[in-house]
Amino acid sequence: MNHYSGFGLFKHALSYHENWQKVWRNPLPKKHYDVIIIGGGGHGLATAYYLAKEHGITNIAVVEKGYLGGGNTARNTTIVRSNYLWDDAAKLYEHAMKLWEGLSLELNYNLMFSQRGVLNLGHTLQDMRDIERRVNANRLNGIDSEVLSTKEVQELVPILNCAPDARYPVLGASWQKRGGTARHDAVAWGFARAADQLGVDLIQQNEVTGIRVVDGMVKGVETKNGFIGASKVGCVAAGHSGELARMVNLSLPLESHPLQAMVSEPLKPCLDTVVMSNHVHGYMSQSDKGDLVIGAGIDGYLGYGQRGSFSIIESTIAAIIEMFPIVSRVRLNRHWGGIVDTCPDACPIISKTPIGGLYFNCGWGTGGFKATPGSGHVFASTIANDHPHPLAKPFSLDRFITGRLIDEHGAAGVAH
Amino acid sequence: MLQIYCPYCAELREEQEFHYAGEAHIVRPKQPESVSDQTWGEYLFHRKNPKGIHQELWLHSAGCRKYFNVSRNTVTYVIEQTYKVGEQKNEEMAGETN
Repeated sequence: MNHYSGFGLFKHALSYHENWQKVWRNPLPKKHYDVIIIGGGGHGLATAYYLAKEHGITNIAVVEKGYLGGGNTARNTTIVRSNYLWDDAAKLYEHAMKLWEGLSLELNYNLMFSQRGVLNLGHTLQDMRDIERRVNANRLNGIDSEVLSTKEVQELVPILNCAPDARYPVLGASWQKRGGTARHDAVAWGFARAADQLGVDLIQQNEVTGIRVVDGMVKGVETKNGFIGASKVGCVAAGHSGELARMVNLSLPLESHPLQAMVSEPLKPCLDTVVMSNHVHGYMSQSDKGDLVIGAGIDGYLGYGQRGSFSIIESTIAAIIEMFPIVSRVRLNRHWGGIVDTCPDACPIISKTPIGGLYFNCGWGTGGFKATPGSGHVFASTIANDHPHPLAKPFSLDRFITGRLIDEHGAAGVAH
Repeated sequence: MLQIYCPYCAELREEQEFHYAGEAHIVRPKQPESVSDQTWGEYLFHRKNPKGIHQELWLHSAGCRKYFNVSRNTVTYVIEQTYKVGEQKNEEMAGETN
């Protein structure tokens, strides 16, 4: 496998970039694997990578019904942050943040991880009280977080309308300087390439149609191209997790909703940080290409259609224009919807199940991208040891029976 | 944008007048204190979340402010039928569009 480097780029330039190796193999499935991961998005590929790297299990397949990173990994707004309120969630997301910080180097793949800072605006007195509480909680958990005044916010984001008579006056913000963005596709491709290098089979265009269970133990998966045996199966299928659970008569506390986002035409640089506002359900950043990346809130109803209602786009754009009047005549280029699996407490499920050898990693809802490496890391440990990773333990399925919920609606509500 | 027929107002109105209120026909355990944690947890949190036909509650929040039931396909978003609270889906009508 080629090691990517500046020198390599120069060397390949001499041959007009015509001799690059394929980034990963395209193998036929074997008869039996130690672990099968269902779902080849960021979280699934990260799980396979950490299983191979940290737990020495290399007889792994990732089975994907479409192509790698083609679901929600390709459909988010690429924001990374870890300023969650409750200890359990904060520790999990901060774990991911620490992995992000060294990930490009570790994977030998440029994830374009940019710690440009994330602002969460406060527009009302109650917003500001919540922000101060969350920032204090973050600091107690060792997560960098600050409360900024209106003036400081204005200095950071000159194009933001901070006038006192604005429709949504900015009273201040929380600021996580280590937050930022990462290139979403590169995250999937980087993990895929690194996992493939460690011997993981990436099997695309092969939809799982059933999970075979004998005497309460998982035996493998039925796919469109036949049965593949496995000692353990990890399901990482986001919005379609409920469909997988139904195959083994397992019920999950999930609801799948469309979540929409959009990008504008490319512009000259005008925004060098991430601005989010829970209050108006809108957030914006500018990609390296120059597009304004704008995210909305979820559509209220259940939906598997990968599209939502126009009224959501309209209200999000209305809010964005109130906050950034300068972009009022910018045209939108593309718009999309992803299917997010929301949990009643806005926290994920990383869990064993009553079926031996079957594990679920789902329920990330509107904010899974930022957790990609952390999610894969703790889920890999949970699968390898058949015992929850300490950081994953609070996120087990039985919290909906015991009542020990982790109510992160405040910090997770909108911020994806 | 969905267009929803409110069975109380007897009119087809735009989605923005309505509020989604979750799965329909969930029965609250009659004696909450006597059921197991498992049953209670499932009643509170576990949902069918089907990929296909779904019976759900909607609130006509900017209209008559009443709850009613909608039978809708969660993939195509086509609404099969809407019916009042306390009624059951008309199976003979399934497949038709209001």
